[in-house]
Amino acid sequence: MIRKLIPILLALAVMGVVTGVAAIMLVFLGQDWQDALFWILAAVMIGAALLVVTMRDIIRCGLAMMVCFGALAGIYVLIGAPLIAAAQVIVYIGAISVLILFAIMLTQTKDAPSRLVFQTQAVPAAFASIIIAVVIALAVGATDWGAEVKRIRLATEALSRLLFNDFVLPFEIVSVLLLAAVIGGVFLAKREPGGPS
Amino acid sequence: MSDSLDAYLVLSGLLFAIGSFGFLARRNAISMLMSIELMLNAVNLAIVAFGAFIPALGGQGSVIALIVIAAAAAEATVGLAIVIAIFRNKKTPLVDEYDSMRQ
Repeated sequence: MIRKLIPILLALAVMGVVTGVAAIMLVFLGQDWQDALFWILAAVMIGAALLVVTMRDIIRCGLAMMVCFGALAGIYVLIGAPLIAAAQVIVYIGAISVLILFAIMLTQTKDAPSRLVFQTQAVPAAFASIIIAVVIALAVGATDWGAEVKRIRLATEALSRLLFNDFVLPFEIVSVLLLAAVIGGVFLAKREPGGPS
Repeated sequence: MSDSLDAYLVLSGLLFAIGSFGFLARRNAISMLMSIELMLNAVNLAIVAFGAFIPALGGQGSVIALIVIAAAAAEATVGLAIVIAIFRNKKTPLVDEYDSMRQ
C-alpha cells in the first residue's frame, strides 16, 4: 500500500516544485503575483482540459476534470468572485464530479478503454475546434469594450441582495428545475421490475 | 495580464474549443458529457469575467453564473441518468454502437 503511494506522492511533489519554481521565475521576470498565479492556473486548467479530452482511461479523465475545475475556481478567486469559486468547488468538484465518477463505474465495460478512443471524425473535429478558438480570440481582440473597463469587486452581501431582490424569480425557477431534474433522474435510471437487469 | 478582460475571454474561448473537440471526437458517452461540462464552465468563466469587468452590468454576472451552475447540475443529473438507462439496454457506453434508430 505504502509502496503504491510513493510514485503518487513523488509526482505531487514534483508538480508542486515545478509550479513553485515557475511562480518564482515569473515574479523575477517582472510580473506581479497576480499575473504569475493567472498564468499558472490557466496553464493547469488548459492542460487538465486537454488531458480530459485525450486520455484513454476514462476514470483518469474524470480525475483530470476535477483538477480542471479546481484551477477554474482559483481563476474565479483571481477575478474577484469568491462566492462563485466556493459554488464551483462545492457543486462541480464535490457533486458533479462524484456523480460522473459513479456513472463511469456503473457503465464502463472491461474492454471499453482498450478500444479506439476517438471517432473517425476526430481530425475534422480538431480543425473545427481550432477554428472556433481562433475566431473567438480574434473577435475578443477586435472588440473595443469601452473606456470604462475596470475591475469591480462585488461583496457577497451585495451579491445576495441582488440574488434575492432582482433575481428572485430565476432563483425560484431554478429550484423547480432542480426538483424536476431529481425526479427525472430517478425515473430514468430506475430499474424496471421484470425488465432487463 | 490578470487585470485585462481579454485574457479571461481568450482563456474561456480556449476551454470552449477543447470541450467542443471532446464532444465531437470522443466515442464514450460519458466523455461527451464531461466535454459538455467543460464547455459550460468556459461559458461560465466568460460570464463571470464580463460581470467583474464591465461596471454597467452592476455585478449581475455573478448571479447569472450561480444560476448557470445550478442548471448545469440539473443537466448532468439527467444526462447521466439517460446514459445509464441506455447502457442498461445496449450494454455498451460507446455512442457509435447506438445504431438501432438508423434503419
